[in-house]
Amino acid sequence: MSCLTTIQDYALRSIGFGKRLLPASDITVCEQFTLIGSGLIWNIYFGVIALLVGFFLACALALGKNSHVAWLRRPSEGFIFLFRGSPLFIQFFFAYFAFLALKKVGFVPWLTSAQAGALLVLVFNTAAYSAEIFYGALQAIPKGDVEAADAYGFTGWKKFRRVVWPSMLRLSWPAYTNEAIFLMHATTLVFFSGFPAWQQKGDALYYASYFADKTFNPFVPYPILAGYFILLTLIVIGCFGIVNQRLNRHLPTGQRQKMKLRLNLIR
Amino acid sequence: MFEFCADPASLEGISWFACYLTTGKHMSLYWSILTVLSLLLITAPTALLFGFAGASAARSGFAPLRWLGQIYVAIVRGVPDIAFFLFFVIALDQGFEYLRHQALCPDWSEPIRQGNDFIVCKAAKLPLSTAPQWVHEVYGFFLAVITFAIVFGAFAANVLLGAMRAVPQAQLETAQAYGMSRRQVFWRILVPQMWLYALPGLSNLWVILIKATPLLFLLGVEDIVYWARELGGSKNARFTDYPHGDWRLWYFLGLLVFYLAFTYLSERILAKVNRRLSRGQGIVGATP
Repeated sequence: MSCLTTIQDYALRSIGFGKRLLPASDITVCEQFTLIGSGLIWNIYFGVIALLVGFFLACALALGKNSHVAWLRRPSEGFIFLFRGSPLFIQFFFAYFAFLALKKVGFVPWLTSAQAGALLVLVFNTAAYSAEIFYGALQAIPKGDVEAADAYGFTGWKKFRRVVWPSMLRLSWPAYTNEAIFLMHATTLVFFSGFPAWQQKGDALYYASYFADKTFNPFVPYPILAGYFILLTLIVIGCFGIVNQRLNRHLPTGQRQKMKLRLNLIR
Repeated sequence: MFEFCADPASLEGISWFACYLTTGKHMSLYWSILTVLSLLLITAPTALLFGFAGASAARSGFAPLRWLGQIYVAIVRGVPDIAFFLFFVIALDQGFEYLRHQALCPDWSEPIRQGNDFIVCKAAKLPLSTAPQWVHEVYGFFLAVITFAIVFGAFAANVLLGAMRAVPQAQLETAQAYGMSRRQVFWRILVPQMWLYALPGLSNLWVILIKATPLLFLLGVEDIVYWARELGGSKNARFTDYPHGDWRLWYFLGLLVFYLAFTYLSERILAKVNRRLSRGQGIVGATP
């Protein structure tokens, strides 16, 4: 079997198209490349949607935590503490069994699937971590910026939209990029934490560990997976770098924050 | 455990729970908390050692060593840590068996990798097939500790590297001006001063390490996640004296609360230590 037919058979296997049976014997490197790459579709799905939805939730939570009104601040702080203080792995398990219990009483049965349930957990999780980053940035906004907005008579939504929000994003962007990378990596946990992979439709790590189990040789599938993820990390850094340029475009060149390949620990 | 537990069927309410929560299996659950704590206590210093070696290597004047250190630090950040956990457990196991095989069975002629199998001679198996159960468990735990140390060593190297760069350059130049050698500058000036800058990162790392401990489950160690799944499920419970429905939700709620309390406590203590150490230092946030 040539590599081209393998790609035809398995390139979309993770979302249910192509050949049904996974390769079980005489596994070729091409098959490993194709299937692990196919699984990456799920990682990108979880990562991109969780980032998009989580971003807006995070902005709201950060504003809530920064608020002077107690009934806005307390729940935001509680939410952030709950999701930042406990392991994502345990959150997945807990959420899965909670959704199972809900399903038994006939309530939102679709949440037990990984596509919906795990995505929801990831959205909440990244929202909590990003909210903490945004909150830090809100505290660090230069006083002069806000005073200038006041002087121009900006209030309410206009002040937020034109002055506070852009500054917050600009200050927090390098840390937020890091969070996005972490989130991409965290998506590999989904199928190892209770959420079932229906008909062996799993993510990249699911297939990599499948091959490692079958061939008893971890030295091929895991480096392939590593290659894919380094590529994904670079793409994330590239995309976020473009946004970073736009956020910093009003500043003189010397003061701009450069995006370097700096994989800091923020979690 | 208690005397009134002799006839579980007649129990009700609190006494039922008192007996249920003290069965032998539940004792294993409580012991596995100790497994988690001992993992933390062994891994933290080991990872710090790995991190220190990695950071020193990444600053080395000898180019290949420097590249090795930089690659070690960079690659772990670019790839999901779970992938490393799954990889190293098999890779280390096979590596040890391969080395023992080379040493113990020199006249073995067949190849070690035959198709989908990894075959070493009987004497090289780790642990030996005749070894008692506890040796197997300790060996699995040992592999997990090394794996955690390698991955978290890279995280620590990242933090320490940043801390080494944060030490004011003038300090190092002054030391050089006094005629200290490269080695002396490193050990006498850089290393003692870097800890202050490293502490916030290292405390962050400690919390990350705590939150990574449930991944022990993936490495095949019978940890709290394993026992919570076993005990909470209704399948096994049906055949015990304490039948119940699917309680995994409540067991994982317990774990969630356990970890929340643990990280909360750690953060409080670390914040205190940080304040104490930065006292009198000329940095922002230091108390005079």
